[in-house]
Amino acid sequence: MLKPLARWLHRRPLAGLVGLLCAPLAWLVVVYLGSLVALLVSSLYSLDSFTFTVVKHVGLQNFRELWHRPVYARVATRTLGVAAAVTLVDLVLAMPIAFYMAKVATPRVRRALGIALILPLWASYLAKAYAWRTFLDPAGGLLRKTLGWSPGFGLSGVVIVLAYLWLPYAILPIYAGLERLPNSLLEASADLGGRAGVTLRAVVFPILLPAVVAATIFTFSLSLGDYITVGIVGGKTQMIGNVISANFGVNNVPLAAAFAVVPMVIMVLYLVGVRRTGALENL
Amino acid sequence: MPGNRKRSIQLMTCVVIGSFVLNACSSSSKSPDTTADTTVATAASEVTVPSAGTTVAAAVGGNEVGAGIMAPDIAAATAVGKGEGELNLIAWAGYTEAAWVDPFTAATGCKVKVKVGNTSDEMVQLIKTGDYDGVSASGDASLRLIAAGDVAPVNTALIPNYADVYPGLKGKPWNTVNTKSYGVPHGRGANVLMYNTDKVTPAPDSWSVVFDKTSPYKGAITAYDSPIYIADAAVYLMATQPDLKITNPYALDATQFAASVDLLKQQKSNIGEYWSDFTKQQAAFKAGSSVVGTSWQIVANLAKAEGTKVEAVLPKEGATGWSDTWMIAATAKHPNCMYLWMDHIISPVANAAATEYFGEAPSNPKACSKTADKTFCDTFHAGDEDYFSKIWYWTTPIAACLDGRAVACTDYSEWTKAWTEIKG
Repeated sequence: MLKPLARWLHRRPLAGLVGLLCAPLAWLVVVYLGSLVALLVSSLYSLDSFTFTVVKHVGLQNFRELWHRPVYARVATRTLGVAAAVTLVDLVLAMPIAFYMAKVATPRVRRALGIALILPLWASYLAKAYAWRTFLDPAGGLLRKTLGWSPGFGLSGVVIVLAYLWLPYAILPIYAGLERLPNSLLEASADLGGRAGVTLRAVVFPILLPAVVAATIFTFSLSLGDYITVGIVGGKTQMIGNVISANFGVNNVPLAAAFAVVPMVIMVLYLVGVRRTGALENL
Repeated sequence: MPGNRKRSIQLMTCVVIGSFVLNACSSSSKSPDTTADTTVATAASEVTVPSAGTTVAAAVGGNEVGAGIMAPDIAAATAVGKGEGELNLIAWAGYTEAAWVDPFTAATGCKVKVKVGNTSDEMVQLIKTGDYDGVSASGDASLRLIAAGDVAPVNTALIPNYADVYPGLKGKPWNTVNTKSYGVPHGRGANVLMYNTDKVTPAPDSWSVVFDKTSPYKGAITAYDSPIYIADAAVYLMATQPDLKITNPYALDATQFAASVDLLKQQKSNIGEYWSDFTKQQAAFKAGSSVVGTSWQIVANLAKAEGTKVEAVLPKEGATGWSDTWMIAATAKHPNCMYLWMDHIISPVANAAATEYFGEAPSNPKACSKTADKTFCDTFHAGDEDYFSKIWYWTTPIAACLDGRAVACTDYSEWTKAWTEIKG
């Protein structure tokens, strides 16, 4: 019964291709881009201040609100700072681990490390964040009991936990990039008299740069949108995600949507900036 | 070899993306969905349909605040039939426990599913989904629900137990609009000051312990994470700064509002954490990271049952509080079950059990003889209108001042924006 269809498709490769791509493309356009458009459109609506129902009264009032109240700029800056700090911490931790895994470790150790890295990804995000809550608790947490000191709940706690959560996403691309780097290049550099520092700067770094940028895209974008970790270990701080969620809570979808445009714009700028490094091919 | 490498990179990427998706999925189940799915197989129970002839003096008090609220015209039910077998509720924590839900299911065949709301805002948001039959709304939610047409008027003649409810709870601005009743009162109480009895000495009797700049508990103070908490600051200012002339914490003009917001901004430097999920507050008191702050009696009860050394008091400045109303959703899919529930929850036995469990005054005076602790109604001042005149029930602030002044007051959308600013 399927045979005539198969024969028909065999004669028309284009039809086959269209048939194959139709479903995923429809998904991409309708669900993915569609929701983005819905977001942008609802950011132009406004809210009835008593019944808290969305009124389809189109205008830029929400963006004006974001612009005029300094609190939103402050929250956005704080979020950017946290995302940058998390990215930095993750890079510092990921580089040596990735280098060790790719160039030093025996295959057996490498495999063990690979599993150790992937394993936490299968545990629930929430369980990990709440586990950190018991670590960081300023009154009787594990850190306080063992080290006598704890950063407590707050921004530093958020950076620590986010850096922990996203570390695998930083290590894996860098590891992949280092694995691609042939050992012969390192040997050649050494043969030509290059010391470790020179080799690192002139040989390893240029080849590794796209992989590093790919890693930062993960850690940066994931931190930029997070609000659950902030809710659990952030104490009294809030980030962009918390403000968006709080506004959804009072049905102020338009303002939430408008504020959601901010991290989107930041990410687009970032991606445009890193495009020239070739990192996007490493994702 | 290079082909191998490439494949391993692709594999890595797949793993990364795959686990990312998984994580995203698992984190979306964040809010605790307490489903008290009481499965009681009942034989088709006999439902006594109350005769519509019972005359109930509904809405005696008229509505002082009804002004400025246009309620959509939705018809109330005229008869209650047999239960539909299911009931989906939005409720405050501790309002729907098995002890009084199970007998209801056994008697009516309505299986009760509950979604616990942490804040009034969350409840308003939830009912808009159209998935629920009813909600235990506080005053700051009820008027918004009525004005938005999310809830329907209630024909109190179909609820036999309604006749017994304290007259002081009937026909109030938060449950009655244009002489139409929108629900049955569940109970009322105050937001209390909870403190750790080991760490907080002497025992506090004033909100100053959470609002004063020099509070010795800096860093271990907690506050309710909702814009309505601005009213708590206003209550404190009413007592401590009489020159602001605040007469109602929900009717704040620009100056009074700014003073309240400033107080909360100053308080923020002393706050350890804000709470909206009551289980998290309970955990924070247990761990000791929070030692003093606003709370609900039920959190104190649960914490004590867990062995945490806490006590709850009503400070001398008075407090904000709530008077909760069970309301029926305009789009209720199980209206009969909801009517039966509204009658059940204010019946003497259920009302006694529910309000005693939570720690609040019942709405039905007949409940007072059914409580386990016979002094319960005295302790919680049931029917003591004098006492409740000092409690400022949660109400939605609107632009027309609730205290009748001719100036412009700040409305709730201003409050929500200010709350974002307070948290910085």
